[in-house]
Amino acid sequence: MGGLFNYWFVIVLMMLGFYIVMVSPNLVKKIMGLNIFQTSAFLLYISVGKISGGTAPILTDTTMPYSNPLPHVLILTAIVVGVATTALGLALVVRIHSSFGSINEDELLDDEDTYRDFEDPLDPALEEPTDR
Amino acid sequence: MEFFVNAFLLALLAATTIAIVRMRRLIATTMLFGIFSLLMAAVFVVLDAVDVAFTEASVGAGISTILMLATLAICGAKQESVPRKQLPAIIVVVVTGAVLLWGVSGLPDVGDPTAPATTHVYKRYVEESGTEIGVPNIVTSVLASYRGYDTLGEVAVIFTAGLGIICLIGAGTGQQRRRRNGNDSGDDV
Repeated sequence: MGGLFNYWFVIVLMMLGFYIVMVSPNLVKKIMGLNIFQTSAFLLYISVGKISGGTAPILTDTTMPYSNPLPHVLILTAIVVGVATTALGLALVVRIHSSFGSINEDELLDDEDTYRDFEDPLDPALEEPTDR
Repeated sequence: MEFFVNAFLLALLAATTIAIVRMRRLIATTMLFGIFSLLMAAVFVVLDAVDVAFTEASVGAGISTILMLATLAICGAKQESVPRKQLPAIIVVVVTGAVLLWGVSGLPDVGDPTAPATTHVYKRYVEESGTEIGVPNIVTSVLASYRGYDTLGEVAVIFTAGLGIICLIGAGTGQQRRRRNGNDSGDDV
């Protein structure tokens, strides 16, 4: 079934998701990128389980080979765990919005209010706050 | 034929993902993400993973999209600002992609019946699970019986995530909390 074709597409999708996570300033879109990354990893596993000319692993009278059911089981678990982590990430986004009034990473990093309650000993800006 | 359907769906997936990268309107991005998940479910059907396909269609295209829309509604965000520092990210992505391509070149072909993944325990599950468990769907018998503890662990993960969400935002939305803080002079938990 076309050699390594599927794996190349997995890498393209994975890298596009990775790019969104790194570049996008919006926290919701970052989580979306993380989801794309995750889903392309699922595609990698499912591609491994495919057998050419095979059929879905449900026992019937067919003479066709069954595709490997084990990656399917793994990914079924991973999808459900994935939505749990997505929900947790989105809850964090909502919490950040209610505390700091923004879900834009650039605004959050530039905003002095973000650091008001947290005294980071490594942040030089906090040592002399009146200079700025 | 199978190959062309697969290739066509993968090309659509790549186009959708590029559209997600370029789109700045967040509602549109979320809709495109739903389309991405649905296309991925279609690819899973072509690759014989029917159970995974319907889970992806309901969870990925359904629940995830709704959760993202709800978050956008709460946060009132419409537009993503212009991203900064693109060049370092592009370099990292290209280098990582190249390394992954190099790694993937050592894998057996997709669909190869002599690949290691289909020559070890695979046979045991396909031949025995019908008589041992008595469920025709092999995925179900592995998920619920052979690897039942795995599924129990999954339930524990979901429970933990639910607890985390309740800890984070369970005590009402931001406005409610602020209002309460104003009344009770900051006696919030």
